[in-house]
Amino acid sequence: MVVPSLKLQDLIEEIRGAKTQAQEREVIQKECAHIRASFRDGDPLHRHRQLAKLLYVHMLGYPAHFGQMECLKLIASPRFTDKRVGYLGAMLLLDERQDAHLLITNSIKNDLSQGIQAVQGLALCTLSTVGSAEMCRDLATEVEKLLLQPGPYVRKKAVLTAVHIIRKVPELSNIFLPPCAQLLHERHHGVLLGTITLITELCERSPAALKHFRKVVPQLVQILWTLVTTGYSTEHSISGVSDPFLQVQILRLLRILGRNHEESSETMNDLLAQVATNTDTSRNAGNAVLFETVLTIMDIRSVAGLRVLAVNILGRFLLNSDKNIRYVALTSLLRVVQSDHSAVQRHRPTVVECLREPDASLSRRALELSLALVNSSNVRAMTQELQSFLESCPPDLRADCASGILLAAERFAPTKRWHIDTILRVLTMAGTHVRDDAVANLTQLIGGAQELHAYSVRRLYSALAEDISQQPLVQVAAWCIGEYGDLLLEGSCEETEPLQVEEEEVLALLEKVLQSHMSLPATRGYALTALMKLSTRLRGDNNRIRQVVSVYGSCLDVELQQRAVEYNALFQKYDHMRAAILEKMPLVERGGTQDEEAKESKEAQHSEAALVPTEPQASKLLDLLDLLDGTSGAAQPPPLLGPSSEGTSVHLLDLPCASSAPASIPNLKVFEREGLQLNLSFVRPPGTPALLLIMVTAINTSEADVTHFVCQAAVPKSFQLQLQAPSGDTVPAQGGLPMTQLLRILNPKKAPLRLKLRLTYNHFGQSVQEIFEVNNLPVETWQ
Amino acid sequence: MIKFFLMVNKQGQTRLSKYYEHVEINKRTLLETEVIKSCLSRSNDQCSFIEFKDFKLIYRQYAALFIVVGVNDTENEMAIYEFIHNFVEVLDEYFSRVSELDIMFNLDKVHIILDEMLLNGCIVETNRARILAPLLILDKMSES
Repeated sequence: MVVPSLKLQDLIEEIRGAKTQAQEREVIQKECAHIRASFRDGDPLHRHRQLAKLLYVHMLGYPAHFGQMECLKLIASPRFTDKRVGYLGAMLLLDERQDAHLLITNSIKNDLSQGIQAVQGLALCTLSTVGSAEMCRDLATEVEKLLLQPGPYVRKKAVLTAVHIIRKVPELSNIFLPPCAQLLHERHHGVLLGTITLITELCERSPAALKHFRKVVPQLVQILWTLVTTGYSTEHSISGVSDPFLQVQILRLLRILGRNHEESSETMNDLLAQVATNTDTSRNAGNAVLFETVLTIMDIRSVAGLRVLAVNILGRFLLNSDKNIRYVALTSLLRVVQSDHSAVQRHRPTVVECLREPDASLSRRALELSLALVNSSNVRAMTQELQSFLESCPPDLRADCASGILLAAERFAPTKRWHIDTILRVLTMAGTHVRDDAVANLTQLIGGAQELHAYSVRRLYSALAEDISQQPLVQVAAWCIGEYGDLLLEGSCEETEPLQVEEEEVLALLEKVLQSHMSLPATRGYALTALMKLSTRLRGDNNRIRQVVSVYGSCLDVELQQRAVEYNALFQKYDHMRAAILEKMPLVERGGTQDEEAKESKEAQHSEAALVPTEPQASKLLDLLDLLDGTSGAAQPPPLLGPSSEGTSVHLLDLPCASSAPASIPNLKVFEREGLQLNLSFVRPPGTPALLLIMVTAINTSEADVTHFVCQAAVPKSFQLQLQAPSGDTVPAQGGLPMTQLLRILNPKKAPLRLKLRLTYNHFGQSVQEIFEVNNLPVETWQ
Repeated sequence: MIKFFLMVNKQGQTRLSKYYEHVEINKRTLLETEVIKSCLSRSNDQCSFIEFKDFKLIYRQYAALFIVVGVNDTENEMAIYEFIHNFVEVLDEYFSRVSELDIMFNLDKVHIILDEMLLNGCIVETNRARILAPLLILDKMSES
């Protein structure tokens, strides 16, 4: 090409002159074509200039791989300027994955053994940047030789190249161990800095090296001591602190050496105290050194006084107005909060203030630290702060904040009511961001706090009436209204303002939830089930509910449709069972089946103890008495139902709905005394021939309530009996809501059924106990 | 360990880039744009340390130029912050009141200075005189 090539400056001028991206690309493409042609021609004089331009273009992001071979040629040339650009190109363009990089090994080797320091420096620099494992292996011995040369310029580079070699090929670390001790005696800071890095790397990689280097701790302490105490040295001081970079490196190495090692830690104690107190903190350099000192103190086995000093320094950092310092202070406090909890507690107010920072990194750190600092004494104040933070925090922190608050509330809640309040508030504010099991936890919590049922259902009702968009809140509210709807409608609760709620309003609200487009399918399921439960709890007639349920029988969502159909069947064919099936749920256990079994065995032992004293009394029923010893045939305790309300509905409804009506067996009245009647109704589901379901219904037509009503049953050994939980233990007077209980009897051998019942209750102020066998059991119950 | 050293201006144009850990060429521009976006979105009174993917960014603004250093978890952020300033002071001394144009037109010299100070992601030399000595010799050689 006749056109003289541009100098780098001119190219840059041209590129800057380009007004648009397209123009720039044009200029660059033209230039690249020139460069490619020039490379092909093999012009040695201007090669370095072309490569320099190519590197510039590469930095802008354009492809430049055709320059790789040129780098090699330039490296091999004897001129320094060529070598300089060549090595730079190698560092930028080549890397391990290219095949060409192996070709420079030879050049590097030659350059390393040459005497010229500058050249050696270049070679070392390149080796440390792009050296692959094979190259390192080849050249390790050369580097080692250079470590011991007199010139500090080369030595400092050689040391850091050694670091890179060790990173790539850990087996070679043995070669570099011996020279280290000697290198520590250097006075040149550059070499010292490199040596310390090398030792750090060695110690991090192998515990044997760690032990070996513990011996040099006194020496390191000495070096740092001289650094700190000798006055102002112009060479390395940065804003009044002498060589902070070296100080920081030494402190880091001391940290690694002193971890878990009493002896070394002791030697360091004085030094660390000195550094901590004497460093000038007005400038950033001093703060950097102080920060590293604090980290070191926390990590080694230091004396207690020193640790307190360190935490106080961190507290002082927190009050500093410079954001950077606050940030590092929060990060390190987070690290030490586990081990020195009480010391960090003292700085709690400042941490809480940092929550209000507009800076995102700071507020995130402050949030983590605040959550770690919550304990039983400050939980109320802290949750208050955290909730106000939740209202104003950026969306990516919301999920963490919400789950943090819930977790803290769980661990440290002072009262159940406070706990429920807190969860409610979190759900209202950040409902969509909470974890999935928050709903389950809350329902379990409410279920367990019997005295707070009325309170919680009212609060939830008002919250729901305001806003039906927060799904977890809606789900919990629907469940509660379904369960405790009767408490919602009756009278007033002293803990909240009197709220007069009509039945129609409740039903309207639930229907609104069902129809709203914001509700998830799961939420709709909750609402539908709640409506069903209300059909037994409310006193009015159930037409509205029946209507809704039958409408949803043709809903498009399969889950809803199934439920609606089942509930429909419940209204029509199984109306007599409806009350029992929809009775109040017992307290659900977290953890599912394992807890159930454990609880069952515990309660089996309970009931055993309870039943044993009845033996001497029941003398006339000797033929059935032997049934009362064993645990298998005896009255088993009511097994706990599954953890979720949807599951419960499915469990209870394992009566087949769609099939034909079971063979109907006449009801039996088994007991009557002073107005209290006990009736048995039988169902034999056609799907399972061995199963017999007995519904025990207790009706009270007298004038006084029957309280503490407990019914137990016993069957012969070949049968299996399961009692499910009764709907309640009070049978209200004047023919009020009957109490029901379901018995499941498995009769695989089709033996004749014999059933014994034992009743205990209080009536007219007396406690009554009745034991009797049920006679006249219809044949259809067991054939 | 320092993963990369970048000098990017406010418009997003990279003035200097040095990677101490391998990153694919096409991913580099992407990384640089993301980095500069996060730095530009910070206001003046926010702290200079950002958590970005799996490393930390420490940045400092000088007029229209951002110097951004990416480090891994073990580094002391404040020491790196100080190092950035040290680097700028060295450039200042060499170019006598350095500006963005100086850096653009003398990119190779800036690379040499950076190589003298950082080797393989570790700080090797921080003394101004010693860093500039080989460069001044080089300049004398090329003049003569």
